[in-house]
Amino acid sequence: MIRGHVVFLTLIGVAVFVGLDFANSAPLNPYNAPPLFSLGSGLAATGAHCAAPPPAQ
Amino acid sequence: MSATTTALPSSPPGFMSRSAVLVAVAAMLLGLAMVAGPRYGALLAIGMGFGLALEGFRFGFTGPWRRMILNRDASGLLAQLICIAIVALFAFPMLANNGAEIKGAHAPIGLAMIGGAFVFGASMQIVMGCGSGTLVNAGSGNAVAALALPFFAIGSFGGAYHLTWWTSLGSLPVIALSGTSGLAITLAGLAAIGVLAILLGARNSWRIPARYWMAVAALAGLAILHLAVAGQPWGVVYGLGLWVAKGVVAMGADLSGSPFWAAPGNAERITASVLTDVTSLTDFGLIGGAALVAWWRAGLGSPIGKYPLRAWASVIIAGLLLGYSSRLAFGCNIGAFFSGIGTGSLHGWVWFVAAFAGSWFGIKLRPFLGLESRR
Repeated sequence: MIRGHVVFLTLIGVAVFVGLDFANSAPLNPYNAPPLFSLGSGLAATGAHCAAPPPAQ
Repeated sequence: MSATTTALPSSPPGFMSRSAVLVAVAAMLLGLAMVAGPRYGALLAIGMGFGLALEGFRFGFTGPWRRMILNRDASGLLAQLICIAIVALFAFPMLANNGAEIKGAHAPIGLAMIGGAFVFGASMQIVMGCGSGTLVNAGSGNAVAALALPFFAIGSFGGAYHLTWWTSLGSLPVIALSGTSGLAITLAGLAAIGVLAILLGARNSWRIPARYWMAVAALAGLAILHLAVAGQPWGVVYGLGLWVAKGVVAMGADLSGSPFWAAPGNAERITASVLTDVTSLTDFGLIGGAALVAWWRAGLGSPIGKYPLRAWASVIIAGLLLGYSSRLAFGCNIGAFFSGIGTGSLHGWVWFVAAFAGSWFGIKLRPFLGLESRR
């Protein structure tokens, strides 16, 4: 087995996951998407981050 | 036992192949921007940039720490500190002047956070890859990283599932430096660690190679751009846990027992497309960017490393620990160390000390796990 096989399997794994998720998740809507830049948008940042404290119990 | 690294001769891709792949990548990015929204296309592109920079300049976080500990080579660690300082120079004013539009990687210091960072430091040396490093290495054909990655994701899901319980063991409020004085303290702290690294390092190891300088410029620029686009700093491990959460929910699991995954924001992300999740997109980009560099270099013909069974088993366990501990620690080298310190979070400094101590143990463990020859 060579490194190319590992890359191929990794990329296939990602593609299959994204494909399955695309089929099972809420549909995408570019007209409801946030603007390109959060900076200057006037909208609060809502993305998830690993450093965000957990929700209060 | 060490890895076999003999490269097989392979010819680099030709002009037509390279052009076709670049056109395909550009089409994919534009397609995502059109289908999901411009921000998401941009985040995938930024993630690819991170992957290109890390793999292209052979820069990272785990290797430089290893070389500092084993060889007293301070150059990589110094490059990391300079990169964080550049990000902080831009991030602090952005955070101060833009209210809710921009948020930092601010997390509380706690018992589980410190323990998590220590375990993460040890595990990343076993796998030879942190959060970004595991993704980049998997994307460039490293079998150890590719095996560790799914278990990293499972661990990240599990750590997030139990996160509220762990933080209840003892945790301070979130403490973050801000404004000019906060920036000055951050830069002074980075400089102090840099001086310490130079003093402890071998003679002339403070000289930073040109490729590290290029990596520093690229990573800092991309990290600042990420902050402006996403409104939050670069992170890695949330996305990995989300992938598993999506998988278990698709298989019928009920996550209402987890305060973390049942929280409205996280529950919403489980049902939303992964193509709208910030960290997932940059994670995909890291893998894709690294794969592109590896293919471009014609470096995919090398055989994968040969290790004993116990080494592969160790990689699986270390992968699980990487994921679980990084959630307890509120981030990996990227989310906690790089972005935490770069946006003023005190937990980033504590994370650095704990993870560096853990790295020392991880390096000592590698020979006993069959991942390298005993010295």
